[in-house]
Amino acid sequence: MIEGLALANDGRVYKLDGKPALIRKDIPDGKVALLIGGGSGHEPLFHGFVGKNMGDGAACGNVFAAPSPDVIAAAAKAVHRGKGVLFLYGNYAGDNMNFDMAVELLEDDGIEVRTVRVCDDVAAAPPERMHDRRGIAGDIYMIKVAGGAASELDTLDEVERVARKAQGWVRSMGVAVSAGSIPETGKLTFELGDDEIEVGMGAHGEAGIARQKLKSADAIADELMDKILADLPFARGDEVALMINNLGATTMMEMLIVNRRIRAILEREGISVHRTDVGTWLTVQEMAGFSVTLMKLDDELKHYLDMPAESLGYSRM
Amino acid sequence: MIETLDANAAREMMRSVAQSLIDQTDVLTEADLTIGDGDHGVGMRRGFEAALEALDAGAAESAEAAYKAVGTAILSNTGGAAGAVFGTLFRAGSKAFAASEVIDDASFAMALEEGLAAVLKRGGVTEGQKTMVDALAPAARAARAAVGKGLAAATAAATQGALDGVEASKAMIATTGKARSVGERSIGYPDPGAISVSLILKAMQDFTARA
Repeated sequence: MIEGLALANDGRVYKLDGKPALIRKDIPDGKVALLIGGGSGHEPLFHGFVGKNMGDGAACGNVFAAPSPDVIAAAAKAVHRGKGVLFLYGNYAGDNMNFDMAVELLEDDGIEVRTVRVCDDVAAAPPERMHDRRGIAGDIYMIKVAGGAASELDTLDEVERVARKAQGWVRSMGVAVSAGSIPETGKLTFELGDDEIEVGMGAHGEAGIARQKLKSADAIADELMDKILADLPFARGDEVALMINNLGATTMMEMLIVNRRIRAILEREGISVHRTDVGTWLTVQEMAGFSVTLMKLDDELKHYLDMPAESLGYSRM
Repeated sequence: MIETLDANAAREMMRSVAQSLIDQTDVLTEADLTIGDGDHGVGMRRGFEAALEALDAGAAESAEAAYKAVGTAILSNTGGAAGAVFGTLFRAGSKAFAASEVIDDASFAMALEEGLAAVLKRGGVTEGQKTMVDALAPAARAARAAVGKGLAAATAAATQGALDGVEASKAMIATTGKARSVGERSIGYPDPGAISVSLILKAMQDFTARA
């Protein structure tokens, strides 16, 4: 998969020798490096987001499992250009432990590392325990913003500051209408009846906060937005970026129907949309469903979010 | 009964542990599907297959080296939380055999204690959160209590401690890891990582119980 992905990048990205990691070929000297990563099975996240103004490298784990510390450390060394490395990944126990161990390995080599964990899933924990929330599709906006900041800003401190601002301002929630599966076992990640939906499930098919009877796209959008809006650090007059992410087997038509409803809700709340992204970025192995992400914007975040990105998974100009 | 394991015997025991875990992949997969994402079995299999390779590759220099080789193989190949936690368990635990050079009841108990301390620190968890620690901690206490009775008795006591922990984990609500999102729905099911701990110790018990 990783070799195929490297080839699909047409020479702009290479696979690290002997390690499941992808590295940008043209990382400028003296650049603050951005290393992203996590388990596979969420294509194109994370390894599809390596490229100009995006991640400088990605450390890849097996399906739904964090990469090991030696893979992360090798990838960090490969992207390091003397200004330190920012680690950006989803907040999961496995990722946290493995990336932290890599930090310890890199300290021995004198490479400075900072860590920002994506914790955008409002379904995973109440606001006062944001550090317990897992990272879902907010990853994509976080990578986009941090990637832009790492291209333009001169110090690891500054890049970290921007990434932390984005971390504090991004919120997501998802819904599944059918479960995902794990290729190695062929098993579904949970059992869901034909007429049921799982609300607020995790990016590996972890169960959500509620199981309900199937209802209309509008009603589902209302439920997700109720939860996200209650959590947002937003007020009337704020501007946001809006992402509707396909978890795998949802059609564009369905997501556009949801988008229509979400825009009506945001208009009612007096929140304007600076940009909309509708597509497939964080998938869960065959799962049908979608997630909604909102990120509050100021001029700085807008600037980095709108920088042209060149990567296989995200290349909006 | 085997009461002390030299380097070669330690390696043989670790081979036996690895094979046992590989053989029980499906048990762990089923347990993890209930309250996790179902990949614990395949992850542990990957790690212990690599451990077998590592044990076969080099001569057994010491009990410490054999134990550490298993931890390193798991850390590099399992991935995920399981790789970090079980890799840490064996790597940190290996230090207990540095002084004694053999695995006996005292160094075995110390290996569990050192491993537990390192896992608690790495994972930032405490007992009662429905993790492998809920089998490891009672196992370490039981092994400590059995020091003086010989290695076979110590591994048997540790195994019983772990099994009791697996049983107790059923009543716990997961508050860390991926199972956390299941919340109260995790009640009634044992923690998959705790089951792995019990399988590892049971394989050690079976090995040391051989005539």
